[in-house]
Amino acid sequence: MLEDYIRNKQKEKDILLMAHVVMGYPSIEETFELVQTIVEAGVDLMELQIPFSEPIADGPVILQANQAALAGGVRVDDCFRLARKITDAFDIPFLFMTYYNVVFKRGEERFFAETRGAGICGAIVPDIPPEEGESFMAAATANNIDPIFILAPTSSSERINYLARFGRGFFYCVARKGITGAKTDFSSELDEFLARCREATQLPLALGFGVSSKEDVQFLRGKVEIAVVGSQALRLLNTNGTRAVGDFFGKLR
Amino acid sequence: MDKTGYYGIFGGAFIPEILSTTLEQLQLGFQEAKEDPAFWSTYQSLMSTYSCRPTPLTHAENLSRHFGGPQIYLKREDLNHTGAHKLNNVMGQGLLVQRMGKTRVIAETGAGQHGVATATMAAKFGYSCTIYMGEVDVARQRPNVFWMEQLGATVVPVRDGARILKDAINEALRDWSTNMDTTHYVLGTACGPHPYPEMVSYFQSIIGTEVREQILRQSGRAPTRVYACVGGGSNALGVFSGFLDDAEVELVGVEAGGQGLETHKHAARLASEHGSVGVAQGYKTYFLQDDDGQMLETHSVAAGLDYIGVSPILSAYHEEGRIRFEAATDEEVLEATRLVMRKEGIIPALESAHALAGAFREAPEMNADGVVLINLSGRGDKDIFTIADALGDTAWQSFITTKAEEYRA
Repeated sequence: MLEDYIRNKQKEKDILLMAHVVMGYPSIEETFELVQTIVEAGVDLMELQIPFSEPIADGPVILQANQAALAGGVRVDDCFRLARKITDAFDIPFLFMTYYNVVFKRGEERFFAETRGAGICGAIVPDIPPEEGESFMAAATANNIDPIFILAPTSSSERINYLARFGRGFFYCVARKGITGAKTDFSSELDEFLARCREATQLPLALGFGVSSKEDVQFLRGKVEIAVVGSQALRLLNTNGTRAVGDFFGKLR
Repeated sequence: MDKTGYYGIFGGAFIPEILSTTLEQLQLGFQEAKEDPAFWSTYQSLMSTYSCRPTPLTHAENLSRHFGGPQIYLKREDLNHTGAHKLNNVMGQGLLVQRMGKTRVIAETGAGQHGVATATMAAKFGYSCTIYMGEVDVARQRPNVFWMEQLGATVVPVRDGARILKDAINEALRDWSTNMDTTHYVLGTACGPHPYPEMVSYFQSIIGTEVREQILRQSGRAPTRVYACVGGGSNALGVFSGFLDDAEVELVGVEAGGQGLETHKHAARLASEHGSVGVAQGYKTYFLQDDDGQMLETHSVAAGLDYIGVSPILSAYHEEGRIRFEAATDEEVLEATRLVMRKEGIIPALESAHALAGAFREAPEMNADGVVLINLSGRGDKDIFTIADALGDTAWQSFITTKAEEYRA
């Protein structure tokens, strides 16, 4: 399970890295090569995003990759096949990231059965709060998929405590207000927020939204178990190509 | 947060965690306002002194005679300030923003009507204002962009996605996720996460309350049928709210049939077989989407109806069978527009002309002692470019050509 994997990895590394790719961007074949490059650069976990036409939690960089993938004709079936190929080839945990309509349209039970069939171990779906997600969570856990919930600095401690009851694997903490891909000014407010998260849960914490440099990762050492790097890698992919993304991850820690 | 804001299986609040506290505060602020008797009277007084409420109910005698069927009445939301029912919702939310102590408002807009209404409200209340508008819509609705900017708003063209209304909503949600401390999102229709569907239909219920009394007084009876166009659904919910409890009053929502349902170039989520239940933009309802849940492109001659989803409240009434849904094609809509201009001296918005087209299709078959009520949700001046093109008016074309040459000189 994800939590055990993270605990074990922590014995070797003081901070883990989670990468993010949009499946089908720039193409299904290139996604596979990109994943290979990133895994070889030593990341510890990876999000595979199933593209959606209305990705409200994502900023421009990831949004455009979603659109381009869909415009290229990528279907959810293609994503499941690609995921199977990836999990067969590489030995780190992979999670799906997508939006709830993709799950809902396929049917929650079927979606998670196929997710397990593809060798995926967790799911990050930012627009399904626990209040709406009773059957979603049941279908995920019945198939041994960890539903990863998001904790936000804008939420009250009461709300964070409530969310903490539902998470499995780890929690995904957002460093700041806003969407993916903008710059984050990591501050003392972050310490206060992370302290509230620690109080609410024993599970490992991942931190995302704006982690884009070695300095950022250095700053997060000792604060969280996992640093999530998404938009910055995608930006590099767009400007400098796959190899540059590998170099970037290789030098992050 | 409880699992609230459901209408049958529709509605809810499917939102990123970052917005949950903000929506909870909005819900609380709205509930408090609703329970404060002074709030509604402040709202009514604002609408009667700043806009033209109560808007009149017009007996369309010539049209009635033309069809030889029931007596036709038009609720004149086109006579609101800024030219449509949109202002009802916007001014209500403006008062709410005042109560919540925020200083900035943002909004999405398709045709530009809601954007103009929001910019107007922001000017009146002294809020700073940003309007998100799909790049495609910016290009085809320049006059509204001009007015929004003159009213002091910043108009941001949205270049992602299909660059239309739905993409403007996504972009407004992203802005809100970043600036919720100072900013209120003035959603323009009865869609989106709870409490928006409830809140927007609450403010629009002013239409139904007024018209119920007006039609009883003027025609001496409750209407046989009530027609309204349906984009997101706010004007329809507004007018229908006056008659939901009268089982004998038939309620008809008219969606955009575009180039015909069989062409798939339409925006009929409920009246066609192409819509299916999904979750996007924060709520569960019928969407025009593919098997994977990806949203499809929609089409309508009326930009304000050109949208993938529909109010969850309307989806619930659709399932219950309380409201019947029909679609009118672009062609029928232009025909209805022409007829109302000639017969009644009223220029309807192309959106509102869908309700007219739906009613005109059925009126000849109806009993002559019946009464038909049509919500004329907005006026058509804004559509001058579209209507002139559709009518192929050559004098207009040469005017535009001459004007363009003047600018080029």
